[in-house]
Amino acid sequence: MASEEMEQLVRREYKDGFVTDIESDTLPPGLDENTIAFISKKKGEPEWMLEWRLDAYRQWLKMEAPSWAHLDYPPIDYQSISYFSAPKRPEDRPQSLDEVDPKLLETYEKLGIPLHERAALAGVAVDAVFDSVSVATTFKKQLGEAGVIFCSISEAIRDYPELIKQYLGTVVPVADNYFAALNSAVFTDGSFVFVPEGVTCPMELSTYFRINAANTGQFERTLIICESRAQVSYLEGCTAPMRDENQLHAAVVELVALDDAYIKYSTVQNWYPGDENGVGGIYNFVTKRGDCRGDRSRISWTQVETGSAITWKYPSCVLRGKDSIGEFYSVAVTNGRQQADTGTKMIHIGEGTRSYIVAKGISAGRSDQSYRGLVKIGPRAKGARNFTQCDSLLIGDKCGAHTFPYQEIGNSTATIEHEATTSKIGEDQLFYCQSRGISEEDAVSMIVNGFCKDVFQELPMEFAVEAEALLNVTLEGAVG
Amino acid sequence: MSDTQTFLDTLKARSSNYTAEPTWIAARRQAGTARFEALGFPTRRDEEWKYTDVRSIAQGNFAIADNAEFSPATAAALTLPIDAYRLTFVDGVFSSALSDLDSLPSSVQVLPLSKALAENHEAVGGPLGRLTGVDFSPFAALNTAFMEEGAVVRIAPGTVVEKPILLQFLSRAGQPMMCHPRVLVEAGGRSEATLIEHYTGESEATNFTNVVGELMLDRGAILAHYKLQEAPLGDLHVASIHVEQGRDTRYTSYNLSLGGALVRNDLISDLNGQGAETNFLGLFFGQGRQHVDNHTKVNHNAPLTFSNENYKGILDDRAHGVFNGKVYVKRDSQKIEGFQSNQNLLLSDRAHIDAKPELEIYADDVKCSHGTTTGQLDEEAIYALRTRGIDEATARGLLTLAFAGEVLDKVTLDAIAERVELAVAGKLPERFNLAGLVEAAVSLND
Repeated sequence: MASEEMEQLVRREYKDGFVTDIESDTLPPGLDENTIAFISKKKGEPEWMLEWRLDAYRQWLKMEAPSWAHLDYPPIDYQSISYFSAPKRPEDRPQSLDEVDPKLLETYEKLGIPLHERAALAGVAVDAVFDSVSVATTFKKQLGEAGVIFCSISEAIRDYPELIKQYLGTVVPVADNYFAALNSAVFTDGSFVFVPEGVTCPMELSTYFRINAANTGQFERTLIICESRAQVSYLEGCTAPMRDENQLHAAVVELVALDDAYIKYSTVQNWYPGDENGVGGIYNFVTKRGDCRGDRSRISWTQVETGSAITWKYPSCVLRGKDSIGEFYSVAVTNGRQQADTGTKMIHIGEGTRSYIVAKGISAGRSDQSYRGLVKIGPRAKGARNFTQCDSLLIGDKCGAHTFPYQEIGNSTATIEHEATTSKIGEDQLFYCQSRGISEEDAVSMIVNGFCKDVFQELPMEFAVEAEALLNVTLEGAVG
Repeated sequence: MSDTQTFLDTLKARSSNYTAEPTWIAARRQAGTARFEALGFPTRRDEEWKYTDVRSIAQGNFAIADNAEFSPATAAALTLPIDAYRLTFVDGVFSSALSDLDSLPSSVQVLPLSKALAENHEAVGGPLGRLTGVDFSPFAALNTAFMEEGAVVRIAPGTVVEKPILLQFLSRAGQPMMCHPRVLVEAGGRSEATLIEHYTGESEATNFTNVVGELMLDRGAILAHYKLQEAPLGDLHVASIHVEQGRDTRYTSYNLSLGGALVRNDLISDLNGQGAETNFLGLFFGQGRQHVDNHTKVNHNAPLTFSNENYKGILDDRAHGVFNGKVYVKRDSQKIEGFQSNQNLLLSDRAHIDAKPELEIYADDVKCSHGTTTGQLDEEAIYALRTRGIDEATARGLLTLAFAGEVLDKVTLDAIAERVELAVAGKLPERFNLAGLVEAAVSLND
């Protein structure tokens, strides 16, 4: 104990002698209170925000990394990570598509991504190629007329401190879990959406179109608030493989839905999964939670998870409001040496709350995948209803598929159903397709897409088309 | 004084009984003691014990019984009306007066552990503790530290045992006692038998039973295993049962849990040979403040193995039920079929169920599924019965029995099926007589 106190004393002294050059763009690796002070200062945050971050950091120090997930990875050295780096300047980026890895371009080709978008995705200095500024400006005007606020979280902290104070950390408290605490301490980027009472957001919102979002941060923080009778559909990520040098990602997403509000949150995650031995892939530890605070509110999560070496992610709904609805639709695909432990939590608190879970997992290669879910029915959730379907498809005999659904039911008027199946693609299904002149590869792709249909149809249209193509690319070489 | 220490002190006081035992038993007892001391009692922070609080055991002070006195009249009333080879234990102590091994064929051995050890302890030393080691759980360690008595059943290859083998465990009222019985079954190749474990006792009893069962099925053996748990409502009951199945064996477990204040069953089957099949059937009924926890695990360690599980829970009042079922398929164990179903019926607003059906699969040519539901009686079904002139209480009772029926229909021993049916019917919230129900059911068919 004594040595710990000593260490803290030493640190405090160091704080006073804090000399890091504020003009520099990148912090050396390491994490302490000075790092956080630097980030906060760099972002021009008010004092209360710094306190909030430091509180999270101090709680994080007392926490232990969770070990319950069905994942296997070496311990992460948090001192070897750099917690702040400004976006690359245009002159440091590839100047044209010719300088980009041809393999990446090949994938874009297969996914059918328009030429001008390819450049943006590959990190080419986009301004010369693709006029994103004007597109964004048009959108901003439309949103402004509707009264919708859509900006980066840093801007929101600066421009809408009252909203941030009111909502930030109320769905995912700073010390909710190890990775959420880390995120709260060091987040540098993310989105903020506020839809005022009675407004239906005139367009689907996507970080992809948000200006300044060329480099998604390593520790993203997203906050979406829908007031009474407001509606929004938010898209996160994109289907193209994202180039990213950061190995550890720990994002936090908070959604708040008031009376009769509806938030639809769709994710397509396709970060680098690592090479065939699983080396170098992204570690993705995400805390996503929606709070159905209002009566008859509804939050819907849809996710297509194909990337990352490690995925640790459980988008959840707290169903507080009477008759509120939580939904979770997920397709997770793992190949190579990928590992995914993902699922959802539905916490039924209010009367007449309903939740619906459809999770489809596809494991191929030497990958391992788990569905982990919790359905909790509180004593006051009269007439609560849950239906869960989770199916796993195994491709190849070296992969694993697991389900760990928890059900905690404390109310006799609740009706809970859970179904899970695990199987491989049937020989008879393949034979049937092949006897009609469909190649084996196309047949597998058809069957897999059919397997995922229930989820894909929940995706916004363009996303769904891309997701199907993405699935085929991810599973390429897994069959045959 | 820590909870663990009370038990260690009891053990120490007991040590004079163990001075003459063979060295291998002493070594295991020591290993069990050391392990229990290191682990302590599980808490709800342990994933395996997340929903079950064992403080009522940990904080108890239980003595060890040294006699098997029991009123013959009470025993007769409690004993299952089944013609069986019977071993009886009273608070863990063997009672030869209440046992009956008449006409036991020479190809079958049914004897108390103490006798088996006295006759040839080396023959016991090999299998005992092979499946359930001290590392399995703190309770298995505790059992090993205290093991003195139990049942040894050996069935010679090719033997078909005509009558069921009944192991009866009686619990007495009075000072709280504890016992740590071992059940060791070795079923030879192509043998066939029915084993019944029956836990019952005087209704005022408040004892702690911590049983460890190890069942080994050699190639082609068939075993039906009933565990009828009708312990007094104040009893604390922990059971760890581990089954090892060789090639082409078939094991069927009927786990019927009615009694006990706190009940925890761990049932594990290792399917180690091709063609092995396991069936887990379970019914648990909780009322008052009963807590019933069933943990099951099927390990498909070999290709071409099959499992089928059906657990049903009925919970009333403030009862708390737990179901945790796991189907595990080892890498390269292809051509597996594993099915698991768990259904729970909540009869009261304060009843609580925690269910966790798990699949852990490392092979691709498998058909595995699980389903679990929790709900209440179907109001429309009740209405349908009422339109046929059946009063509401009877309608609810009939539907509850029908819910249990899916498991009870598979119970081939009528005496047990009837007993459980009566218990379920008798404990239903709207009390009614079963005869009336049967009449009602018959009139429905007319």
